[in-house]
Amino acid sequence: MSWFEKLLPSIRTSGSDDKKNVPEGLWAKCDKCDAIIYRAELERNLDVCTKCDHHMRIPARRRLEHFLDEEGRSEIAPDLESSDPLKFKDHKKYKDRLSAAQKATGEKDALIVIKGSVKGVDLVAAAFEFRFMGGSMGSVVGEKFVRAVNTALEHNIPLVCFSASGGARMQEALISLLQMAKTSAALTRLSRRGLPFISVLTDPTMGGVSASFAMLGDIHIAEPGALIGFAGPRVIEQTVREQLPEGFQRSEFLLEHGAIDMIIDRREMRDRIASLCAMMTHQPAP
Amino acid sequence: MDPNFLEFEQPIAELQAKIEELRFVTDDSDINITEEIATLQNKVETLTQSIFSKLTPWQISQLARHPNRPYALDYIDRVFEDFEFLHGDRCYADDAPMVGGIGRLDGKPVMVIGQQKGRDTKEKIKRNFGMPRPEGYRKAMRLMRLAEKFKLPLITLVDTPGAYPGIGAEERGQSEAIARNLYVLAELKTPIISTITGEGGSGGALAIAVGDRINMLQYATYSVISPEGCASILWKSADKAPQAAEALGITAERLKELELIDNIIPEPLGGAHRDPEQMAATLREQLIEDIDRLQSIGIDKLLDQRYQKLMNYGAYSEN
Repeated sequence: MSWFEKLLPSIRTSGSDDKKNVPEGLWAKCDKCDAIIYRAELERNLDVCTKCDHHMRIPARRRLEHFLDEEGRSEIAPDLESSDPLKFKDHKKYKDRLSAAQKATGEKDALIVIKGSVKGVDLVAAAFEFRFMGGSMGSVVGEKFVRAVNTALEHNIPLVCFSASGGARMQEALISLLQMAKTSAALTRLSRRGLPFISVLTDPTMGGVSASFAMLGDIHIAEPGALIGFAGPRVIEQTVREQLPEGFQRSEFLLEHGAIDMIIDRREMRDRIASLCAMMTHQPAP
Repeated sequence: MDPNFLEFEQPIAELQAKIEELRFVTDDSDINITEEIATLQNKVETLTQSIFSKLTPWQISQLARHPNRPYALDYIDRVFEDFEFLHGDRCYADDAPMVGGIGRLDGKPVMVIGQQKGRDTKEKIKRNFGMPRPEGYRKAMRLMRLAEKFKLPLITLVDTPGAYPGIGAEERGQSEAIARNLYVLAELKTPIISTITGEGGSGGALAIAVGDRINMLQYATYSVISPEGCASILWKSADKAPQAAEALGITAERLKELELIDNIIPEPLGGAHRDPEQMAATLREQLIEDIDRLQSIGIDKLLDQRYQKLMNYGAYSEN
C-alpha cells in the first residue's frame, strides 16, 4: 500500500456524503472502482467504466440503440402488457408494482424486441430491461420472446437476445414458470429452420431465464464479470454452508467450466455478432 | 402431538387415539364396545371428510410434503410390471433423486422418469432430499431420447422441492441441464404424460413436467417458488408462507381453474399416504386411459397440439 492509498480512507467521504457530492444526472460512479465519471462520457462508452472497464448495467433500449444499425428498425409487439390473472397481492398489488415499473422505465414490460440489422446483417434483437422488476419473466416477456422467434422465422434471419434477469416473475406464479417451457419450445422451430440463436448473457442472468432459452443458444456469449447461474449465490451459501469460491458464477468461471463460448467486451459486441451471424448464414463479411 | 397427523388433523388424531384405547380395554369389559368403536370410526370418517373438504392451500402444501406421502418408487412398484431401472447420465454420475426405467403398464411397454425423496435420514441424504443435480436432469434426458427412439410413451412422476442449489451443480451447468430438457420435451416424438404427485417445485419440477397431458394428484402442489421462499422475499418473513401459498395459487384445484393443468386425480380420504394401494390403483387407471387416448392421435398432430398448448401459456393484453 502506498502512502497515498493509506491516506485515502480519511480523505474519502462516506457513502451518504458521496451521493450529495455527485449531482444526479451529471456524474456517475463506477460500482467497481468508485471512479467518478462524467455521465455523457460513460454513456458514450456504453456504460463501461472508462477507468477500469467494468461493465455496468445498461438500459435495454439504449443497448439496442447502440447495437443496431440506425436504418430499418421496427419494434415487435411494443404494446403487450400483463393482465394479472391471479390478481396477485403481497403487501403491494402486482398491478401497482407494474405501473411503478412502467413509470420508472418508460417500458411496458421487461423485454424489448426490435427487428433491424447490425452492420447490414438483418436480425431480430431482444434485450431485457433489468430495471423493470429485476428483468423478471412473466407472460409478456415469454410472449414477446416467442414473437421475436416468429419474426426471425418469418424473415429467415438470426435471433440475438441480451439477457439480464433475476428469473421468473413470482407475481405471475405458475404462469411465469411455464414461460420457461414456452420460450424453450419456440426455439425448437428456429433450430429446425437452421437459423442461429445467439444468447448474450449479461449481468445478471439467473433462475428461470438462465434455465430456459438463455442457455439454449447456438452460441453463448457473456459480458465480462456478469453473474450467471441457476440459484442465487446467497441461496447456495445457505444450502451448502460453505464459502463460495472466488469468482463463482461469473462469466470467467462459466467460460472455464465450459458453459459459454466466449466473453466479449460490450464495445466489440456489434462487430463480432455481425461477423458471427454473417458466417452462420453464409453471407459475406460485414 | 401424533406425528402421523398434521396439525390441522389433530381432532382426527384424538378420536383415533380414543378408538385405540377402547380396543385395548375390550377384553376385560362387559359393555358392548364393538358398537361404540364403530360409531367412533364413523365419526372419524365424517370428521376427516369435513376437515378435508375445506383445506387451505397452506394445509395442502403440508400434505404434498407429508413425510409418509408415497414417492416415485412406491408408485413404480405398484403401477408397472417387469420394471427395469436405468442408471446414469453417461457423462458424470448416477443422480439418486432422479429415478427411471422401462416397464410395462397393463402389458404395454413405457418409459418412466420420476423424482425420489428419501424416507429416513440415510435415504434422504442418498436422495439429496429429492433435489436433482445436473446429472439427474441429463439422465432424464437420456431416457427421454430412449423413449422417443423405441416409441415408448413417456410417463413422468414429479415430486421435488426444486433443483439442487449447490456449488458443483452450478459448475456442471444446472441451468443448461434444465433448459435442455424443456427443449427436448417440447419436440419429443412420443406421447408424454406428466403427473405431479407431491411437490412440483419450480424449474426443477418443470424440467420433467412438459407434456401432452399434465395431471396433478388432488393434494399435490405446483409452483414457481415455495410458499416459504416467496414469503421471505415479498413479505420479508417466512412466517407469511400461508398467505404466499394462497396468493401463488399452488393447488390442483386453482391451477385447473387457470387451465394450467389438464386433470386432477382424486386421492383417498385423508390423502395419498392413508392408502397408497388405492392411490396407485387410481393413478394406474388414469395413466392407462391417458396413453390410450394420446396414442390414438397421430404423432405429428400430437406434437402440434403440444406446441399450441405451450404457446397458449400466458395472460396478457395488447392494445
